[in-house]
Amino acid sequence: MADADVPFRILPRLTDRNRDFWTAGARGELRFWRCQDCGFYIHPPAPICPSCYSKDMETEAVSGRATVATYSVNHQPWMPGPELPYVVAIVEIVEQPSVRLTTNLVNIAPDAVQIGMPVRVTFEHHPDPDGDVYLPLFEPES
Amino acid sequence: MTVDVNTIIERRACISGVGQSEIGRRLYRDPLELTLDGCLAAIEHAGLTPADIDGLSTYPGPMGMPAGFSGAGAYDVIDALRLKCGWYGSGLETSGQLGSVVNACLAVASGLATHVLCFRSVYEGSAQGEKGRSAVLPGGGGGGGGGFKASGFTEWNLPFSAPSAAIWIAMFAQRHFHQYGITREQLAWIALNDRRNAELNPKAIYRDPMTMDDYMNARMISTPFCLYDCDVPCDGATAVIVSRRDRAGDLRNRPLRVEAVGTRIDGRPSWDQFDDLSTMANRAAGKQLWERTELKPADAQMAQLYDGFSWITMSWLEALGLCGEGESGEFIDGGANIARDGRLPLNTHGGQLSAGRLHGYGFLHEGATQMWGQAGERQIATPPEVGVIAAGGGNTCGCLLLVRE
Repeated sequence: MADADVPFRILPRLTDRNRDFWTAGARGELRFWRCQDCGFYIHPPAPICPSCYSKDMETEAVSGRATVATYSVNHQPWMPGPELPYVVAIVEIVEQPSVRLTTNLVNIAPDAVQIGMPVRVTFEHHPDPDGDVYLPLFEPES
Repeated sequence: MTVDVNTIIERRACISGVGQSEIGRRLYRDPLELTLDGCLAAIEHAGLTPADIDGLSTYPGPMGMPAGFSGAGAYDVIDALRLKCGWYGSGLETSGQLGSVVNACLAVASGLATHVLCFRSVYEGSAQGEKGRSAVLPGGGGGGGGGFKASGFTEWNLPFSAPSAAIWIAMFAQRHFHQYGITREQLAWIALNDRRNAELNPKAIYRDPMTMDDYMNARMISTPFCLYDCDVPCDGATAVIVSRRDRAGDLRNRPLRVEAVGTRIDGRPSWDQFDDLSTMANRAAGKQLWERTELKPADAQMAQLYDGFSWITMSWLEALGLCGEGESGEFIDGGANIARDGRLPLNTHGGQLSAGRLHGYGFLHEGATQMWGQAGERQIATPPEVGVIAAGGGNTCGCLLLVRE
């Protein structure tokens, strides 16, 4: 995305725990913490695996493919942001649908969005003195 | 299922009085004074004096942000009224706004206190001023100047320009509508029923009649919610007295026994990671409530169910088994079932959509008022003996079943 097209966003405060999630888009990757003992993906990041209680975790890239679990077309100008109306959605990643992201759907007309549609990640680059952030947004898969 | 009444200790508690301050869209009054007005009204209504109060419970406790969300904390009121408390507490992380009332029930049931003053106080109307809700959003709604960064809970929604519960709850509603074929024309009946009730409530914020056309032509906020699906920020304080039932017999009002409460949460305590996005934490709280009584959903003669956003009321109707799963659209359609003279009078004060966002406690105030036959023009013809009260949405939900003795 060209900078001129990038809307204002409130960016996340980066920490050691969330940095990979918010910055791996620089390499085109969507990364989540994953338990190295049982393979469970953990989101939002936490210091322990909720499935087996192991603390042996690393971040790993996933495919970036997801499914729209639900969405809403927002018409209200709450704060500076994307051009109205814009689509807020909850997507489930294909590797483990219990991992969800609240996100925006882009490159699709709001009235064309459907629950259950396949989507893939695309990143919105935000240069920032505390570290550049790459927001994982989603667009139709095909 | 046989209920062992000895384990249902909330039944040792009752609601003995309710009170409210002046209520208004924007009062620009001292929030602590409003809070105390509500508290003193409830104490007097119960036939008590401040010296009789030996417990205090409130939701959410002192909070600076978002502005206007909390008019006073527990210590503010304990000190202003010089209360001596055998038990007190406050907090946001509980089973909805009524979690504070449940805590009070457990306190009197355990003998830590006899008469617990419970309150919820807001001044969101004044705090937002003429700029509306965006004035109190994180980052100030002014473009996030000053290097504001999202962290904690907001980290996962603010960067995606989703700062409001209107959007989060709209996504639950959309999923629910998708699964069960529910329409906005059905959803409208929450707002329309609220408004026709508010017409008879002198303290309601909006009392002008509303038609289906008004609703369908209102501007969209976040699909499927239009303006009239969102509650109206206001100023005001609501208080209730929770008393030991064995010490309430000679008070002014017939005790409203707390027959059962629902506090359970069985999914992730999250707005977007909850396992089933067509329902919320209320599904477990509603189920738990009926596990603690031999009464059945069909015994409820009135329901006062939170409507911070209209769809939340539909969700509570299903969670509490007051209609079948996925059947709330059909149940409210046309408004006959939920009218004051219908099968299940609902939100008889106008709900938060029309009577103001008193944040949960308004429903308990109204339910008790109806059960005591004190609701004036909007009184249900036969004051209900059994009423269900519920508040909260998303990950914070709780409910009460009251029975007039």
